[in-house]
Amino acid sequence: MTESPIVVPNFFFGRFNLEAIPYHEPILVMTFIGVAIGGAAVLGALTYFRLWGYLWREWFTSVDHKKIGIMYMVLGLIMFLRGFADAIMMRLQQALAFGGSEGYLPAHHYDQVFSAHGVIMIFFAAMPFVTGLMNYVVPLQIGARDVSFPFLNNFSFWMTVSGAALVMTSLFVGEFAQTGWLAYPPLSGIAYSPYVGVDYYIWALQIAGVGTTLSGINLICTIVKMRAPGMDMMKMPIFTWTSLCTNVLIVASFPILTATLALLTADRYIGTNFFTNDLGGNPMMYVNLIWIWGHPEVYILILPAFGIFSEVTSTFSGKKLFGYTSMVYATVVITILSYLVWLHHFFTMGSGASVNSFFGITTMIISIPTGAKMFNWLFTMYRGRIRFELPMMYTVAFMLIFVIGGMTGVMLAVPPADFVLHNSLFLIAHFHNVIIGGVVFGVFAGIAFWWPKAFGFKLDPFWGKMSFWFWVVGFFFAFMPLYVLGLMGVTRRLRVFDDPSLHIWFIIAAFGAVLIACGIGSFIIQIGVSILRRDKLRDTTGDPWNARTLEWATSSPPPDYNFAFTPVVHDSDAWWDMKQRGYVRPLSGFKPIHMPKNSGTGPILAGISFVLGFALIWYIWWLAAVSFVALLAVAIHHTFNYNRDFDIPAEDVVRTEEERTRLLAAQVNA
Amino acid sequence: MRRLRLLALLPLLAALGGCKFEVLAPTGDIAAQQRDLLVVSVLLMLLIIIPVMALTAFFAWKYRQANTEARYEPEWHHSTQLELVIWAAPLLIIICLGAMTWMGTHLLDPYRPLDRIGSRTVVAAEDKPLVVNVVALDWKWLFIYPEQGIATVNELAVPVDRPIHFQITSSTVMNAFYVPTLAGMIYAMPAMKTQLHAVANQRVESRGFSANYSGAGFSKMFFAFRAMSDSEFGAWVREAKGSTESLTRQAYLELEKPSEAVPATFFNEVDPTLFDAILNLCVEPGKMCMKDMMAIDAKGGAGLESATASLLPLLHDKHARRGTVIGGAPSYVVGICTPEELATALTLSAADTPAAASRRADSAPVSGAGLPIPGFSPALLPAFTSPLLPTSEADIGPRRPSNS
Repeated sequence: MTESPIVVPNFFFGRFNLEAIPYHEPILVMTFIGVAIGGAAVLGALTYFRLWGYLWREWFTSVDHKKIGIMYMVLGLIMFLRGFADAIMMRLQQALAFGGSEGYLPAHHYDQVFSAHGVIMIFFAAMPFVTGLMNYVVPLQIGARDVSFPFLNNFSFWMTVSGAALVMTSLFVGEFAQTGWLAYPPLSGIAYSPYVGVDYYIWALQIAGVGTTLSGINLICTIVKMRAPGMDMMKMPIFTWTSLCTNVLIVASFPILTATLALLTADRYIGTNFFTNDLGGNPMMYVNLIWIWGHPEVYILILPAFGIFSEVTSTFSGKKLFGYTSMVYATVVITILSYLVWLHHFFTMGSGASVNSFFGITTMIISIPTGAKMFNWLFTMYRGRIRFELPMMYTVAFMLIFVIGGMTGVMLAVPPADFVLHNSLFLIAHFHNVIIGGVVFGVFAGIAFWWPKAFGFKLDPFWGKMSFWFWVVGFFFAFMPLYVLGLMGVTRRLRVFDDPSLHIWFIIAAFGAVLIACGIGSFIIQIGVSILRRDKLRDTTGDPWNARTLEWATSSPPPDYNFAFTPVVHDSDAWWDMKQRGYVRPLSGFKPIHMPKNSGTGPILAGISFVLGFALIWYIWWLAAVSFVALLAVAIHHTFNYNRDFDIPAEDVVRTEEERTRLLAAQVNA
Repeated sequence: MRRLRLLALLPLLAALGGCKFEVLAPTGDIAAQQRDLLVVSVLLMLLIIIPVMALTAFFAWKYRQANTEARYEPEWHHSTQLELVIWAAPLLIIICLGAMTWMGTHLLDPYRPLDRIGSRTVVAAEDKPLVVNVVALDWKWLFIYPEQGIATVNELAVPVDRPIHFQITSSTVMNAFYVPTLAGMIYAMPAMKTQLHAVANQRVESRGFSANYSGAGFSKMFFAFRAMSDSEFGAWVREAKGSTESLTRQAYLELEKPSEAVPATFFNEVDPTLFDAILNLCVEPGKMCMKDMMAIDAKGGAGLESATASLLPLLHDKHARRGTVIGGAPSYVVGICTPEELATALTLSAADTPAAASRRADSAPVSGAGLPIPGFSPALLPAFTSPLLPTSEADIGPRRPSNS
């Protein structure tokens, strides 16, 4: 299939027919065989070892924020691998398609690859990573036992999975959008994208968007309402602050995405004309709306990373964070300003000079609080004792790489300069520079930092350093050539080239992508090796880094209830403060602990949503109606479930805490 | 500025000898000014970026754990003076950069007619710019030269040192018109006109392309850009005039169909109303132009006439389907330009004569110029929608040639 087929819908299968299965595309067939064999092996192993019941009871239905956090990370990693596979395919195509060669990907396939790469990396890799870390860490940092709405948390996660599953389905059933990751109309309208690609895009994002928005509401409530006594707003750890701001952004911006996509859906399904060329429709409105969501989105990703770097810098410099107050204000200012800059994504649309300069200058203003943050990290290192463990290495790499991305970002914020660089590979290099240098390195720093908390053993440092160096060097090889190509006037999303002087740069970039692949491989080996060597890497103290915030006050991994007694906070570095004041862990007086109960409704609702999305994509109206009714019925049925909580008996708490006492004593004696 | 230009180029040239840095070494005055702004903003930012990077490396090295000589102050976390500096330093740079941005953006606004040709030459008041109408098609570029009465596909030639006024639109989806060596890009959007003023200062053979992804044939959507002397340009125009093809509306509808890697083509003659019709999405025979529709809307609608004339939607989108699965059946409104046409149309719709039947067959469906329509059967379409007459000629602009 080199083009979208044209299908007359029928009643039972809608637009679906055998043409929709891309069995004539060898790349997809091989991928499918690989996925099928791998999937069958995993499913077989789960069945053989009788793990289904365990997974369902202990993980899928769990409302424990820690387990949900870990599941988010697993989802993020799987989708990250898929998104990276897309990246490698693009790099290979662009390195091959020179001198009259068409490369190995026809336009229909290549255009899906770059659209899917963007969508997957932002929505289904970066977002789950960030949400996963927030989910895991925030309740622990504020001394809470779970989030405000534990069931909602589980439901949010599974809705994200459902969206991701739809995107993955598009690989083997039908096609994905060929519109770029933001699906600008009129190209994404029914007139120019008549087949299922854009519909997959719309419904995957709408379903996952439900999860993201609800999870944002949940974390805001948690941070606002569930902090330990004594932790006023200006004593919250910086990561919690950045999480709060991120979730405010999520709650304020995702509804815009939902509404925008709903309007596009109306155009595609019922013939309205919001974004069509005629009848008063205006595609420029879509571009504005999608970026009013899209720009805050980049801060949704980067703010938690800033928070991670703050925690890491202060912990590994053995110092209190420099300028806590200005850090908080910088975060809040960035949160507000992120709503005033969206037009810088399309200066070239022909707005007047005053409009363009307004948005250019607001964009530059964001660099002031960001710069202040950079200096704050710098002066946290100043007169510290810096331990270069993996998280700190990522932090220093971030500081060096991110300022380059910041500089190129301000270059793009000058409208006349943007006229020559917009949509070029320079732009691609810029946002990969900030997203890899900022978000990805932040996530890796966060994983290395909090892994011992989640699993009770550290990650293997050797493979971690391998991964680090492959990533850093690979980043420079992969993206510096794109800066160069952008200055040579090469635009993005091109599939074939005929100017031979560009070739060498694409080859260097492809080599960089291979280095990054080694970095990802090393990361996975690191996890495998660490699990195998977990006894050697074991940490029984719960505080392997001599860290500063409350999550390190409890055991690793923390018990289901996080804290046997809710801690009382006197300082922004609460655990450091407790250690300084000679905190003694209470050994008696344990009471039963009231906890939420697991529920299978989340995965069931998300499963039905998947079917609903699939039916809507393929115009299978009867199935859409049935699944929609089922969705309502299950949701209403769940409201009658009054059996939602239980108490962990005091004896269980005593047993768990005595085990920890024993481990801590063994640690001291050894 | 000249010195800055060299500064920017030297290190790069040394390292990357063979490459064509069109963005950094343009041949047009507008692109050159844009490049200067780029270079100055980089230099301004380096004032702060370099110290930050150097300090990061220095602190990371100096305060490493192994260096027990270095001072260690675990409780030091605040200094008002330092805080003032770290907020003020970026602020000052952003003030400079912001002022530059404000001025640069206004001076280099693509809609602003040029007042200079180069850094030393001022545009004389009597110099009229060369108008070029640009249409982004799927997936090639159409250039119409109204002054010369010619049109070309995938080749843009301009005389050196004469201001050019591009008026840009697109036939179906968004594109961006970009000639890196001449001036920055601007979007090309269907049913909308964007503008760009630029000037070429040197004879050059270069290329332009679409800088906004527009579908399957996007990668090959480039054109030759040729800046030439006045006499060469005259010869080039004569060459175009010598072509045997002329760009009528019919020829445009044929040209507009999606195609890739189209070789440069010349048209010796152009329908003078064509660009306006493309812009108003009414090249197809019988379609009402958007501006006419807007004129009706501007008067608050068609009043009683719309009740009797059942105003069905205007649909202009090209290639694939018209209408959606759930939405209404595809239909359109036919434009009527003269009272005679109206009379004919009314008579035809009143009496079902053979002439009326042929009129119907002639006008419906307008199937656009592109891909076939999925699940489409002409029988499903309403045959002919009653016409609607704008009540005042003055509102609908110049009369277009009749289609009937």
